[in-house]
Amino acid sequence: MQLETATVMEHELAGGDYRLLTLASQRIADTVLPGQFVSLGLVAPADAILRRPFSVCDAGAGRLTILYKPVGRGTRAMLALRAGDTLSLLGPLGHGFPLPPSDAAQAPLLPVLVAGGYGVAPLYLLARRYPRRGLLFVGGATGRDILMTSAFAALGWEVHVATEDGSLGEHGRVTTPLDTWLAAREVDARHDFFACGPTGLLHAVAQRAAAGNQRAWVSLDRHMGCGVGACLACVQRLNNDDGEKVWGRVCKDGPVFDAARIVWE
Amino acid sequence: MTQPAATPPDLAVTIAGLRLRNPVMVASGTFGYGVEYADVMPLAELGAIVVKGISLAPCAGNATPRLVEVPGGLVNAIGLQNPGVDGFIAQYMPFLRRQAVPVVVNIWGRRIEEYAEVAARLDGVPGVHALEINISCPNIKDGGHVFGTRLDTAAEVVAAVRAHTRLPIMPKLAPNVSDIAAFARAVEAAGADALALINSFPAMVIDVETRRPVLANVTGGLSGPAIHPIAVKLVYEAARAVKIPVIGIGGISGPREALEFLIAGASAVQIGSANFGDPAVAGKVVEGIADYMRRHAMSSMRDLIGSLNLL
Repeated sequence: MQLETATVMEHELAGGDYRLLTLASQRIADTVLPGQFVSLGLVAPADAILRRPFSVCDAGAGRLTILYKPVGRGTRAMLALRAGDTLSLLGPLGHGFPLPPSDAAQAPLLPVLVAGGYGVAPLYLLARRYPRRGLLFVGGATGRDILMTSAFAALGWEVHVATEDGSLGEHGRVTTPLDTWLAAREVDARHDFFACGPTGLLHAVAQRAAAGNQRAWVSLDRHMGCGVGACLACVQRLNNDDGEKVWGRVCKDGPVFDAARIVWE
Repeated sequence: MTQPAATPPDLAVTIAGLRLRNPVMVASGTFGYGVEYADVMPLAELGAIVVKGISLAPCAGNATPRLVEVPGGLVNAIGLQNPGVDGFIAQYMPFLRRQAVPVVVNIWGRRIEEYAEVAARLDGVPGVHALEINISCPNIKDGGHVFGTRLDTAAEVVAAVRAHTRLPIMPKLAPNVSDIAAFARAVEAAGADALALINSFPAMVIDVETRRPVLANVTGGLSGPAIHPIAVKLVYEAARAVKIPVIGIGGISGPREALEFLIAGASAVQIGSANFGDPAVAGKVVEGIADYMRRHAMSSMRDLIGSLNLL
């Protein structure tokens, strides 16, 4: 974990109301792993107490990119950021998605990514770093909430889209094309799920993973206090190895968890 | 304007027999057990670390949501989640005793006997330098705050802890009492070596769309810049009422707020919520106090503490 001053390199629309913010980062950009996050120290609003956490969407060569939607006080204030502005950057934070070891004897299983809206952000860095290509299922309320699909396609990943209003891709939730694909799979075909999005989506993926005896890794999105495991605000009920229910810190022990450990409520 | 002092100012203070290299501590609940922030805030640069509150048995804390940001502050109802005193000693003391920083352990209980037992178990544990007694947490129904808002029980808790430890003890007082000086005198008489104030102020936030309380616990404690002027007034009154050192807490986000506490009579300060926004803020406050002392030709903390000018 490092604390550094980062400089805004690019700040651009990513479709819909979403923005991509690219920062020059001396140390964090080159150490962050897929599924980890960073927190930004905001200059405005002046009375904001907390930093704001963001999944890292892309990173490398001294630059990192986050994807955000201006929805609250902090993210709306971020709209004013311009190239050359500086801000406080803390990271890499938390534990991300497990990557198969590059020297594994067996080829990794087919990766199946499932995203809701800007949940594509950490999955894009995962796809960039994953040792084999796979599939992305992405859903959103409207076509304006479907982001970065061409970037995944450019990596050679197969992309399936669903929108609840039917304005892009299949009409329905992301589980519609996912279930179609799963139904066509051979019963004993193996794959790994990686998901990021609303809790309902993560739970749906966890249920499908459990039903098919597959593994699923889900990235939880929670309001955080400190982002480093100190304040215990963003805790999540987990099953431990002894079958007991314990708290996990989403910011420190997660944000990515084995879906089988989550106590879904 | 006065001339700058020739020698660097000495920021060391002695609190309850404990010598601190500077008066800037980090407040309980806002810095975990130190290990969480050590990468970005060298612990040896702190006056002391006050760890997250410890109880006799492990405590699961409250349901979520536990924290909400409001203009100028935070309202939290974490509920004192902690691994219990034995878990704390096993999990965190091996790391903490290797750090060149005094460790103050914040303790709490649901009954007076629990405070005494936690204190007894921490007495003699290598690396534990002092105990802060939490009699003012607003977030547990059957403990903490119950003791700290009554003079008799506040004194009883302090006396019980006093009887079970040789460590310096410093009760942490609640802000929502009618006469803070009376509480300061009561805990001093009961054997406190220092006192710390203020804890967070009881508070509540409602989501008007759903008409539900935002926090699962319904109510919580307000901290942050919003409570700083309240804390300065209470520190001022408490410091005038007692001979023991007072530690000022509440809404410090930079050197200026820390200096206000010191000028009002506090011998040291604790930084709380601001650690979340800037994990390195404590070091900046130390540097800012040193700068101030140079500008005002102050050579030691004696020149600064209680230097309020009422003329």
